[in-house]
Amino acid sequence: MRKRRMVAPVAASLSAALLAAGCGGGGGGVTEATGTLEDPITVKWGEPQTELVPTNSNDTNGGTVLNAMFTGLVEYDPETYEPRNAMAKSIERSDDKKTYTVKLKEGWKFHNGEEVTADNFVRAWNYTAYAPNGQQQASFFDRIEGYDEVHPADPDGDGPQKPPEPTAEKMSGLEVVDDHTFTITLKEPFAIFPETIGYEAFSPLPETFFEDKEGFAEHPIGNGPYEFESRTPNESLTLTRYEDYQGADAGNVDAIKLVVYEKSQTAYQDLQSGNLDMIDEIPTSALAGGRWKEELGDQAISRERLGITTLALPLYDEKFQDPKLRKALSMAIDRESIVKEIFNGAATAAEGWAASSTPGYEPGACGEWCTHDPARAKELLEEAGGFDGTMTLSYNADGAHKQWMEAVAGNIRNVLDIEVDMNPVPTFGTYQDKMDNQEMPGPYRYGWVADYPNVETFLKPLYGTDASANYTGYSSEKFDSKLAEADQAATEDKANELYLQAEKQLGQDMPVIPLFTNMVKGGKSERLSEAVMTPRNTPALTALKVAEQTQ
Amino acid sequence: MTESTETRSVGERTTSPEAPAADERENRQSTKQVGLWGDAWRDLRRRPLFVISGVIILLLLAIAAFPGLFAPGDPQAQDLSLAREGPSAQAWFGYDVLGRDIYTRVIHGARASIVVGVLSTLVAVLIGSFVGLLAGYFGGKTDSFLARFAEIFLGLPFVLGAIVILSVFNAGIEGSPGTVRVMTQVILTIGVLAWPISMRIMRSAAIAAKQQDYVNAAKALGASHSRIIFKHVLPNCLAPVMVYATIALGQFIGLEATLSYLGLGLTSPVVSWGMMISDSQQYIISTPHMLLFPAGFLVITVLAFVMLGDAVRDALDPKQK
Amino acid sequence: MGRYILRRLLQLIPVFIGTTFIIYSLVWAIPGNPFAGLCGPRGCPPSFVEQMTEQYNLDKPLPVQYVLYLGQLFQGNFGETFNGIEVSTLIQNAYPVTIKLATIALVFEAVIGIAAGILTALRGKGFVDNLVLAATLFLIAVPVFVSGFVIQVVLGVQLDWINPSVGSDPTIGELLIPGFVLGSLSMAYIARLTRTAMFENKRADYIRTATAKGLTPRRVVSVHMLRNSLIPVITFIGTDFGALMGGAIVTEGVFNIHGIGGLVYQAINKQEGVTVTGVVTLLVLVYLLMNLLVDILYAALDPRIRYD
Repeated sequence: MRKRRMVAPVAASLSAALLAAGCGGGGGGVTEATGTLEDPITVKWGEPQTELVPTNSNDTNGGTVLNAMFTGLVEYDPETYEPRNAMAKSIERSDDKKTYTVKLKEGWKFHNGEEVTADNFVRAWNYTAYAPNGQQQASFFDRIEGYDEVHPADPDGDGPQKPPEPTAEKMSGLEVVDDHTFTITLKEPFAIFPETIGYEAFSPLPETFFEDKEGFAEHPIGNGPYEFESRTPNESLTLTRYEDYQGADAGNVDAIKLVVYEKSQTAYQDLQSGNLDMIDEIPTSALAGGRWKEELGDQAISRERLGITTLALPLYDEKFQDPKLRKALSMAIDRESIVKEIFNGAATAAEGWAASSTPGYEPGACGEWCTHDPARAKELLEEAGGFDGTMTLSYNADGAHKQWMEAVAGNIRNVLDIEVDMNPVPTFGTYQDKMDNQEMPGPYRYGWVADYPNVETFLKPLYGTDASANYTGYSSEKFDSKLAEADQAATEDKANELYLQAEKQLGQDMPVIPLFTNMVKGGKSERLSEAVMTPRNTPALTALKVAEQTQ
Repeated sequence: MTESTETRSVGERTTSPEAPAADERENRQSTKQVGLWGDAWRDLRRRPLFVISGVIILLLLAIAAFPGLFAPGDPQAQDLSLAREGPSAQAWFGYDVLGRDIYTRVIHGARASIVVGVLSTLVAVLIGSFVGLLAGYFGGKTDSFLARFAEIFLGLPFVLGAIVILSVFNAGIEGSPGTVRVMTQVILTIGVLAWPISMRIMRSAAIAAKQQDYVNAAKALGASHSRIIFKHVLPNCLAPVMVYATIALGQFIGLEATLSYLGLGLTSPVVSWGMMISDSQQYIISTPHMLLFPAGFLVITVLAFVMLGDAVRDALDPKQK
Repeated sequence: MGRYILRRLLQLIPVFIGTTFIIYSLVWAIPGNPFAGLCGPRGCPPSFVEQMTEQYNLDKPLPVQYVLYLGQLFQGNFGETFNGIEVSTLIQNAYPVTIKLATIALVFEAVIGIAAGILTALRGKGFVDNLVLAATLFLIAVPVFVSGFVIQVVLGVQLDWINPSVGSDPTIGELLIPGFVLGSLSMAYIARLTRTAMFENKRADYIRTATAKGLTPRRVVSVHMLRNSLIPVITFIGTDFGALMGGAIVTEGVFNIHGIGGLVYQAINKQEGVTVTGVVTLLVLVYLLMNLLVDILYAALDPRIRYD
């Protein structure tokens, strides 16, 4: 039952001349056709930042599509986010803890009928890692032996010097044994390695990709549960179910249309008026006073995010050298009130440096330092010798960070009596640049989403000495050695335990101040009986289910 | 018709406008220079519209100059436990999402909003009118060149241009931008992008005005260009530009809001109505008083300036006496 | 007249080049590498940044980049966005929508604005005049993102009269309300401009002459007074069409209309010079042609103005 309101009769003929592809979206009720190409399930989406190729796409919008279009060796259950083998029949570790033998399931095909073999993995991974190809996801392969030869490090980060030319085209750590077997050799043992390769970057690529890359970007061909149907740039993308899919997580809906929205507000309203079936974010206006819970009722979706928001401190600035000052700041912040008043309860106050829902994680490493204690905060500040001048807090203005950052600023101002002003950086691009070049004028907000469901993803990349996303300049020998010990561990459980010990060191040093973990929030229409958001804040397309017919 | 319909002979109108019919009404010893403006002032004082708007504007200026007198509190004082509470005896306008007193913030926000609005209007209108006057009066090659030059700026869509220019400016700043710097940037950006509009208006008015008989008469009498422009053409072109300026003032205060909203305009701890309106946008349904009060002050301010503009225009325009 | 138009068309060339150059260099001048933000909080591998920089000519000096761009443009090639989509495809999709929206806004503002202006001018000061004054003030004082949002929530969600957002292929019906919101500010300008102009012309000699020679008041107003009063109004409307198209950023965002406003806004944030310049180039063309049209209309409306 489509409702068309206020449509002048003339309009129909005029609009016919325009784009034929788009139509208003889902209607109110469920019919025979619901979920088919004729009346697809519609999901809010945004234009991906780069082309739709798993080797070169890193944003959530690209991820939503690619995750449905490609299946790697390992996948994460959309509900629990536990890793499980997908295309891999088995991944076995050798005795030296460095080599893994991967056996693939047989009979899997790409959407164009090509069979998926070991070669498709190895070639794709090598292509991504090879520096001259300039692929975004290259660094995901940096634990594999031979990575440094295909992707030499830039001697001065992003600076004027060019990195040396690669001396090899292929990583020596990857070897094809037969059509369905290959081996992966790591530079160093990494106990949890198999858990970490469920990300889209580790997808296989078909022959056609290497023949015609531009054509591939326009019409990607994967091996996942959904195949590419059509796309109107900046408007929508349609996926249909791949009938020959061999995997467990095969999807239920025949056709899904991802519709580009620029404002979550608009998408929210469309969901309410039955023009859209699923949204992956709730606008602030509806969050206020918990309105969305009332309005959406059992159509609301929420779960804890596998990510964390922190207030990073520029340790390269001499003013922030004293851990006591950093702890004073931490204790000045009233996380509970901010969660309650600004996020309307749709977040949890942090007690450690990883999201509390991370499998195998025990929160609490931050301990007393993450509680709001104005008196103790003042003491600590005094012990640290106070703070000279104005403190400038930075955030990127293209995200919804202003309100809570102001609240944090207010806390610091009120409790510690420090002058605080705000530095909104217009775009995330510029913001990233400033973090990269260590040019932040003071504390700044930082958000991190897990790459894989293990506490390690919250530690090594962010706080390891010279790690890829360690922008604060933190370096602790104790922390690094604990991590190395964990990587060497015999079992994954043992590794986890050691990672948690490493996290304790952060509690001593407080290099960044953990603040909170936001909830993943979304909503679905009545046409869907089931809709799941992954903890990485993407809609799980394979988990969508159409409701029973209403008439 | 409720307008005063004094009749004047055709002959009187062809004489220069600064020898107005007012001569007949009162004896004045003032020079010709004072004539137009002095007469306008005399006229203005009798208009209730002018008096009301004048009082409001004076009050607003006083608020902008000495906010502490009207609201002694700290506009930054925050108490999250009071967040989004409605108006009460303690807080006349209620509290915002961070539990800050809206009344205090509205009062302290007047300064930034008014300064940005007034100065950017001044910059835009002064540049625009001057260029437009020259283009319209001289015509020919001068006109072509100036008009093309203006078109370069006019072709840039306003918000878009502002975003790009401010992005460039802002990125050059190390650390947090100072208030004065940001304000100057916003004012100049608005001025640079908006001047062609008043230029176009002034130009078409000047084209019409220079073909009037009194201009020809002045020319015939051998008056210099500058004399003709400033004494004869300008007063006859002021009215449409005035209308534009008064309206633009409001628009610019609103534009400052949009820019602040995009993270390019004023930033905390400075308070402006624009910022407050932007902040409230998300809470219109649950916390309408967050929008209501700053928007109300904004509307009143704009209203006052437009009324003032109307009154001044009526008084200045020799043809409407 | 023919020569005049030809000359004006030739004059478009420097303006065109000036504007596109300013836009291109401004987007270019935004510090920071446009590719740095693409990889999220993890940061980008330098090899990726370098490769993209080369691909989009960003490693070359500005004038070289600009000439390369212009050369491509004259061959009809608008270039590619960072995610590998032809800019021309984006423009083809977005332009018709924005033109429709801007036209609707223009019709609204012209019809309502001029009507209100005439009405107040003829009735003189009084209730109607004050009502219109108050209404225009209100429209001016409330920023578009606030009024758009309120209208959307009230009409779209609470009263359910309209679709709160517009589909990818919007009909005229769907665009009426967004068009009204977009045009509302200019509507206020036009009402006030018309009113002012009418007041001024009311006592002009030719009006007196026309009345004296016994023409009906209706004819005096519609032919003589209106024709002269509309000159500044038409200037405004002419310049406004281009501004409406470019200024639709906010309105298009509120109603989720996939027009050029949103396209440009996102492109600026991404520092995607090709997209910004391509779209703005077309905006500038529209704007310049509208201006030409206005100047030609001058001659038609005002017998005092003649172009050789």
